Parts: sequence; C-alpha cells; structure tokens
Amino acid sequence: MLRTKALTLRPGTWLVWALVVFFLVNVLGVIGSVVLDSFGTTWFNGWSPNGYTSSNYSSAWNEFDLGQVMTVTFEITFLVVGLSLLLGVPAAYALARRSFPGKRAVMLLFVLPILVPPIAYGIPLATVLYKFHLAGSLTGVVLANLVPSIPFVVYTMTPFIEQIDPRLEQAARMCGAPTRSVLGRIVAPLLLPGMLAAGILVLVRTFGMFELTFLTSGPTSQTLVVSLFSAVFSAGIRSAQSIDAMAVIYTGSMLVLLVIALRFVNPTQLVARSRD
Amino acid sequence: MSALAAAPPRPALRHRLAEHGVDRTLLLMLPGIVAIAALFCYPFVYGLGLSFQPSKGGVFGAYRSFFGDSFSSGTIATTFGLAIPSSLINVGLSVPISYRMRGDFRGKRLLLTLLVVPITLGTVLTAEGILEFFGPVGWFNLTLQKLGLVSAGAPMKLINDYWGVLFSLIISGFPFAFLLTHSYLSGIHPALEKAAATLGAGWWQRFRFVTFPLLLPGLLTTFCLTFVLGFSVFPSAMMVGDPDGKTHVISIEAYEQALQNFDYPQGCADAMIMTGLMLAVIALAMGIRALFYSGSTGGKG
Repeated sequence: MLRTKALTLRPGTWLVWALVVFFLVNVLGVIGSVVLDSFGTTWFNGWSPNGYTSSNYSSAWNEFDLGQVMTVTFEITFLVVGLSLLLGVPAAYALARRSFPGKRAVMLLFVLPILVPPIAYGIPLATVLYKFHLAGSLTGVVLANLVPSIPFVVYTMTPFIEQIDPRLEQAARMCGAPTRSVLGRIVAPLLLPGMLAAGILVLVRTFGMFELTFLTSGPTSQTLVVSLFSAVFSAGIRSAQSIDAMAVIYTGSMLVLLVIALRFVNPTQLVARSRD
Repeated sequence: MSALAAAPPRPALRHRLAEHGVDRTLLLMLPGIVAIAALFCYPFVYGLGLSFQPSKGGVFGAYRSFFGDSFSSGTIATTFGLAIPSSLINVGLSVPISYRMRGDFRGKRLLLTLLVVPITLGTVLTAEGILEFFGPVGWFNLTLQKLGLVSAGAPMKLINDYWGVLFSLIISGFPFAFLLTHSYLSGIHPALEKAAATLGAGWWQRFRFVTFPLLLPGLLTTFCLTFVLGFSVFPSAMMVGDPDGKTHVISIEAYEQALQNFDYPQGCADAMIMTGLMLAVIALAMGIRALFYSGSTGGKG
C-alpha cells in the first residue's frame, strides 16, 4: 500500500521536488567546481580541467601561510566558545529560573546583537577597538566575536535549562547541599549536553563569521575565512587554483565541524533556537 | 497585649524582593550583561555620538553628505533592490516546499542536513563557487549552451553583476528560510488540518483557511530574518557583484568610508542609517504580524 502511494505523486509534488533538486544541483555545482578546480592544472574552458595535480595545496599552504592562519583561527574560535559559554550559561540559568521585573528588557538586550546585522554594529565596534588600540590584535577579534556568541548561547541554553526540573535542585537543598554542590554536582552535569550543543554551534558560527573578524582583524589575527576573502578580492598575482585549494581547505574544516555538530544537534537548531 | 496589637513587622527587604523573583541568582546575569553592554551598547552609543561630530558640516554634516551625494544615497535603493526580492523569493519558495515536506518520509533528515550545508559554508565560499559555476565559461553557461538556450559566443552575464549577488543570497538564504518555515509548520498540530478534512475541506481550503493563517506570524518572522541577511549583504556583493556600480550596497559604502577613507564619523553615520532602515522594516513587519492571530497552534511550537 505504502509503495503505490509513494509512486503516484501529484504534479504539485513533482514541481516541489524538481525545485529542491534544481537547488541542490546548483549548490553541488557551486561547491563541485571549486573542488575540481583546486585539483586542476589549468581550466580555461570546457567541462573539466586539462590535467590534475595536488601541488595547488602545497603552494596554497605556503603562499598564504596557512599554518599560521589555522593556528590563529583555532585559537580565536576556542577562546570565543569558552568565554561565551562562561558568560552566557549563568545568564541563561538566571533567565530560565527567575521571572523578575525588567526581564523583558534583559531579553531585548540579548536579542539585539542577533538581530542587528554584524556590519552595522561592527563598524562602531571597530572604531572603539581602534580607540583602545585593541583592533588588529587577537584580543580585539575575540572580543568582537563574543558580541553575537553570548546572546546565541543565552538563547540556546534558556529553553534547555527550563526543561530541567527545578525540584531536583530543591531536593538537593533539602538534603543539605550548599549552593556550590547544587551547581557543581546537580546542575552542571545536567547542563553538559546543552552546553556541548551550544558550544558546537558557536564554534561553527565563529569559524564562518566573516564580517566582524574582517572589520577588526589585522595581518596577524586573520581567520581562514578572512584570508580567503582577501585572497579572492586581491586576486590576479595568485593563481585561481591555489585560492580554490584554500577554499577547499576551508570547506573541509567546516564540513568536519558540521558533521560533529550534527551528531549532537538537530539541523533546525543551526538556524533557530531550540523550539521543543 | 501591646505586642499583639502592634502591626506585624514588615518582612525584610530581601524577602520582599525575593517574592518578586529578585535574589542573588540574578547576579549570574551580570557578567553577560556587562559584556554585551561594553561590547555592543557602548560602541553603538559611541558610534551614534561620533556620527554627529564630522570633521566638517556641523552636527548633521555626515548625514547631509550621505543624503546629498547621489552615489551614497543611491545605495539605499540598491540594497532594498537586493534584499526585498531575495527575501520574497526565499520565503515564497520555502512555503510550498516545506508544506509538501511537513510529513515524515524516508531520508528527511538527510535532506535537512544537505540544506544546512550552504548556510554553514558561509557567504565567502558561496561567492567563490558562484564566480566559477555561474561564470562565462562555468558549468551553468555550458549547460545552457548544450540546451541551445544561449549561443556559444554570448554567455549570460551573471557574475560581477546584480544576478550573482541575488543567487548568493538565495543559496545561503533559502535553506535558512526553509528550515525556519519547516520548524514553524511542524509546530502546527496536524489534528487541526484533519479536523478541517473531516468537515470536507479540500487541500487548498485546508491550506488557505487553516494552515496558512497559523503559519503567517512565523512567515513574517522568517521574512524579517532573511531580510536582515539580504540587507547586510557584504562579502558576496564585493566578490561576485559590481561593488562600484550595480551592487554598491549600503554596507560597502559604510565599510569604505570607515576603514578605507578612515572617515569614522561618516562610516558610523552610514552604519546608523543602515540600522535605522533595517529596524524600520522589522517594525513594519512586526506591526503587520500583530494584526494576525498568533495564539496557541496546539502543537509543540
């Protein structure tokens, strides 16, 4: 019964599937042409490059000093993940457990950095960081990336904490546990899965965050995505293939992070806060 | 006697505050609030103040020079010209597609995962791919030639133009809009539609009078979020667009003023204009949203 139902699709269904397939084919083409070109010797026209080589990768690695760029990228990303969890989770806990006058104002404060586009607040932020001589340094980039990350942690963690039964904490207090033990031995282990999910989401977002890093980074504090942009935008002296090799390295790292992320979170969580 | 006649002592301030939910737990919010205040609110206020102190032209000099120069004020039309069509296309396409896919079917999680990929790749990589795929000798134009839709010598000019940027906004924005719409749709309880079906409603009536009205508030939110994405388009407008002409959007203008000409007051003024316009559009959409029913949808949403 199920089989026959699946085979007799209506025209509307066909149209919908055709649209999805068309979209995915284009996405595949966009990614595929970059990947194929990164292994090619020259590719001026036609369906595929004239020959294949892997030398683009070594030349990209040396030309763009990717070892240093990767180190900086991971330093920045992990610092942002750690700091945003440290600052965001306690705030999420308070917001989830208490209702107090002015709660809406605090929620608004935490939603604004998600809502306002990074370019719009990034320019004043970069100006301020230049004033304090922090722009261009690793510290400046980390500070800038905290702005969207802390609210993101707050908004991912609040519903997660709300679903943890407060009676567990009350029971622990009844048994005489001081605040330190309640937080350390009851709340923290229960929060760990949520913190892991939020941390991975922040990791993915920071790794791909272009605008803020671009506005605040200097030559020694560029992340991979920013040096990719600079390479593309100042193309001409570099071969297109080594830029593509760099793009593939970026895509590869991003996909690894994505695969890890999807083991722990639902795809819809990547775009919206958890709605369950 | 006298002790009984006296009014009961007022509870301590701490207890009265605790009744309203104010206690030491709230101190946990302090580090987060301080960080956001220092890194988001202060720069914003500072930038707003700076935008009123241009090097010349008095208090409103920076704003006057933005609106006085047709090249910079033209960015507003350019930006809306990209953001409105792209968000309409993204939301418009995600409604029928997610409506069709609201049930469970095999490979649904795989499809959702595939759709997440373009979001996480980010705009820079998408732009780099678009440069090659939609370029004059890219696979897209080659396919069109094979199908005989364009002649071999005259490929469609898609990159370094308006269309390349629009494509990049659709490639990164559509999955976003789809996943949001999908999660809103799955929050509408299927029993509502079944009830309409028992009363004899066809699929169009069920969609038009049951699902769509319940979905509308969510759609407006989705529209806002994709609009913000399109409105702040920056890397792809620089890379696949025509940054000095057809895709000279407001974010490029602000960036060039602040970090290329080092005219911080002008750059901040442009950023403030950008934020103001964006908030106006969001306020409009939220105002429309308030007109519709947005109560319980009976689902998990």
